[in-house]
Amino acid sequence: MALRLTKPRRVTGVWALAGVTLILVLTLTLPPFRTYQLATVGAYLCVTAGLTVLTGLNGQLSLGHGALMATGAYTFALCCNAGWPLTLAFAAAVLLTTAAGAVIGLAAARLRGPYLAGLTLAVAVVVPAITSTFDGTFNSDQGLPVALEPPPATVTVEQWQAWLAWGGALITMLLLTLVIRGRFGRELRAVRDDETAARLAGVSVARTQVLAFVISAACAGLGGALFAVLSQSVSPGAFPLSLSLFLVMAVVIGGLGRLAGAVWGAVLLVALPALAHSVTDGIEVQRLEGNLPLALFGLTLVAVMLAAPGGIAAIRIPRRRKA
Amino acid sequence: MDRFVYLTFDGLSRGAVFAAFALALVLIWRATRIVNFAQGAMAVATAYAGFSVSSATGSYWLGFAVAIVTGLALGAVTERVVMRFVDHSSHLNGVVVALGLVLVIQGGLGMIYGNEYRPAAAPFSRDAFTVGGVALLSRFDLFVFAAVGAVCVLLALLFTRTAVGLRMRAAAFAPDVARLLGVHVGGMLTLGWALAAGVGSLAGMLVLPTELGLHPNAMDVVFVSAFTAAVVGGLDSAPGSVAGGLVVGLIVSYVSGYLGATVAPIAVLVLLVVVLLGRPGGLFSRGKARTV
Amino acid sequence: MKRLLPLLMVVTLAAACSDSGGGGSSSGTPGVTDSEILVGTHMPLTGPAAAGYSKIAPASKAYFDFVNAAGGVHGRKITYKIMDDTYNPATTQQVVRELVLQDKVFAILNGLGTPTHTGVLDFLKTNRVPDLFVASGSRSWDQPDKYPGTFGFNVDYTVEGKILGTYIKNEQAGKKVCFLGQDDDFGRDALAGYEKILGPVAAKQSYVTSNPNVGPQMGALKQAGCQVVALATVPGFTALSLGTAAKIGFKPQFVVSQVGADLTTLSKQLGPAAALTEGLVSANYLPLATDTANPWIQLFKKAHDQYNPGAEFDNNTVYGMSVAYLFVQSLLAAGQDLTRDGLIGAVEKGGFQGPGLVPLRFSADDHSGYGGEQLSRVQGGKQAYFGTAYETDSEDGPVNAYTSAPAAPPANGIPAAS
Repeated sequence: MALRLTKPRRVTGVWALAGVTLILVLTLTLPPFRTYQLATVGAYLCVTAGLTVLTGLNGQLSLGHGALMATGAYTFALCCNAGWPLTLAFAAAVLLTTAAGAVIGLAAARLRGPYLAGLTLAVAVVVPAITSTFDGTFNSDQGLPVALEPPPATVTVEQWQAWLAWGGALITMLLLTLVIRGRFGRELRAVRDDETAARLAGVSVARTQVLAFVISAACAGLGGALFAVLSQSVSPGAFPLSLSLFLVMAVVIGGLGRLAGAVWGAVLLVALPALAHSVTDGIEVQRLEGNLPLALFGLTLVAVMLAAPGGIAAIRIPRRRKA
Repeated sequence: MDRFVYLTFDGLSRGAVFAAFALALVLIWRATRIVNFAQGAMAVATAYAGFSVSSATGSYWLGFAVAIVTGLALGAVTERVVMRFVDHSSHLNGVVVALGLVLVIQGGLGMIYGNEYRPAAAPFSRDAFTVGGVALLSRFDLFVFAAVGAVCVLLALLFTRTAVGLRMRAAAFAPDVARLLGVHVGGMLTLGWALAAGVGSLAGMLVLPTELGLHPNAMDVVFVSAFTAAVVGGLDSAPGSVAGGLVVGLIVSYVSGYLGATVAPIAVLVLLVVVLLGRPGGLFSRGKARTV
Repeated sequence: MKRLLPLLMVVTLAAACSDSGGGGSSSGTPGVTDSEILVGTHMPLTGPAAAGYSKIAPASKAYFDFVNAAGGVHGRKITYKIMDDTYNPATTQQVVRELVLQDKVFAILNGLGTPTHTGVLDFLKTNRVPDLFVASGSRSWDQPDKYPGTFGFNVDYTVEGKILGTYIKNEQAGKKVCFLGQDDDFGRDALAGYEKILGPVAAKQSYVTSNPNVGPQMGALKQAGCQVVALATVPGFTALSLGTAAKIGFKPQFVVSQVGADLTTLSKQLGPAAALTEGLVSANYLPLATDTANPWIQLFKKAHDQYNPGAEFDNNTVYGMSVAYLFVQSLLAAGQDLTRDGLIGAVEKGGFQGPGLVPLRFSADDHSGYGGEQLSRVQGGKQAYFGTAYETDSEDGPVNAYTSAPAAPPANGIPAAS
């Protein structure tokens, strides 16, 4: 038993170290645009990791994480523009989004299945309405610029963005790994698998569900703030309903059962559209531009889902069974 | 007062089209226990087919029939070719496959027809009858009400009075038990998909003339409103979804009229929160199935 | 191993793609070689915003092909890379970075949309990429001090509002004027223009693109007794507004912003109800696609038939070709030894004669595009200009008639080096 407790800890440490090294090597060798894409993967990873905990481990569906990202991004932008230092702006973004997540989570804990989907869907589409209604603060559709401090002199903007994004992503992954390993992780799964049994075992179902929502909202807030760092601007158009839907698709296709699935999901969110576009590059037929990559992207999603129902992270290289 | 009356009728006619589409969502939910996120895109695809036939032949009703028949076929094909092979151990797999289908359909329509708006004609005049200077409803609005009412009644009859309806519900709720009792579960699912897509196509033909026209993304916004309506009413209840549609339509109209169009989505969210906190299964839910 | 896989995939993906970055240049200017100039743009090709707009970039490309077939500009052929951003500002960020950092384009041309393009202004400035002829009527592009490389093209919405407001003041005097606009800077800037001329409007309403129903708004305008309704709407909502007004028996004079008044687009959307556009007043600064007698339209039609066959020829096509024509003029003016600073200097020098009905305003301290418009009216199912063109500024300056006749296109259809 003692072995089982210490070994994973050590393994996690090794993984974290390997991650840091890999990101450092990549950011120092990749050309700027690839570094930027890498940074985008990192920012997405914060969100998909949180969503994997919520949906994969706790069984709650959220179609509104794009709106939570927007909360983080706008908070971050407003703080930066008010002259706050970077770290405080990040902290504010995470805190405010956590609070928003707690409110939604309290309502969500009463709802199941499509009713939860419906409520979170309504949250996702409310972003542009809020930025227009309070346009004095949020400047409506046009959004806000983000006044970022310039990176240290020897570092390019893209490297700086990648370090921030992956710093956030690795911390998120590390904390989530620790959180879901212990008692809380077991409670999350117990509630997902059978609420009645969990309740009989003394688990507070509502409390667990709200906590799961709060954790994943904090992650989404960090991811949103990182998006503001990447684009140096925030606007409601950047957080459409399709973003929320793509996030769900990413974690399902990546694999809901484990955090590794979140990594796959984040990679796919960046790589798949780019690949679909580059595959069709050079085909210059009217009306195909834009539409063909879109259809290919959709087709890939369907194909992957049919071929790997447990997500990519669940794929095992088939071994011959001993007879 | 005139303004209130006007907004009420505007909201009702808007709500009726939400209700039409919400009915399709209720049907597929009752028949298969999934929410079909591709319902909107499928309806648009069949509407393209319908309006192509209409403009080629000059007959609206021929196109109308083509749209609905195409809808039935598309629903059956989608179930047979794609959905049947989705792993249903997690209901999210179906959601993701449906979302993938949305992209395929929208990309495909864009390739065939281009991303331009095309006219979606209405079979009846859309000029509203005016009473005392206040515009109320048009002939087309009345047609929408009639169609929604007819679908609602037919659905109620199907699910409560026919053996097929009973089998469909059984196949959806407890496929294994149903199979043991001799229900052809696969066939029932195909039938459910076909019927739902057919109703979706009908809804598309009713919705599109009231909006911007035919476009690969034309039903995106309607889908959100209709899903909201179905959730407000309760996904298990056809009358509930009609009531939900009308409530959502009215709220959006009043809020747009009195507070401004931008505030409407916030009002819809508030409505959802209030309704769902009071009744987590929607307005027309029949109490909890299981309490611990 | 299973956790390492995703990371490995990142590495392989990155490695597989990293060597594709190119655009090697002999002159030291990114995107420029002795035989090629690489230019990029971001446009909505898919999604709800693609209607109409998706035709612009292919039209520009067709004109470039027309020029390329005649030998290009200073011996260099223009390659136009069109990226789909679906009108999502986050995607715009991605594709513009890909164009600049990966493809190493020489310039960004005609990037479309206010919220989308606003987000990349700082990035383009940092990377010193010329950002020419942004496809939007926002005033943000005219900030030479803050964004020295960014130039507009469209008439800004306030100038347009002032000109249409002047029409209302003169031709619809004494009538009750109301306003319906999109709930963003398009609507706000346009309303500001109208109110500079007319004073406060009798009633104003707004709409959001996510709610395709203007019933409540039109009802309010009808009840307010409006006789003239000024629309700052995109084409879909112009059609919807006309349809809704007809539905409730409301028949004001509609005065519509250029972006939402393309008759081809409106007629197609309204279908059998196309007659509702009769009498609609608008304004524009480029020749109308239906004016087949106009030599510029003849030129553009020729290039279109040759290099963009099958696509429709409408005002979006004319717009895309006009942008391309102006870009070729700018390249020629920048000279054989093409640099980014040289191009920006050439545009600032201005003096371009093109298809526009009014002059472009480019100078060192003015980066806005066209400075005026001429009024048009739909009559007998055809949209045609009437009266003279007007020029004004977006502040409180007067609205002046501009009477010089537009220039004729060069005989071979390709601008000559000045």
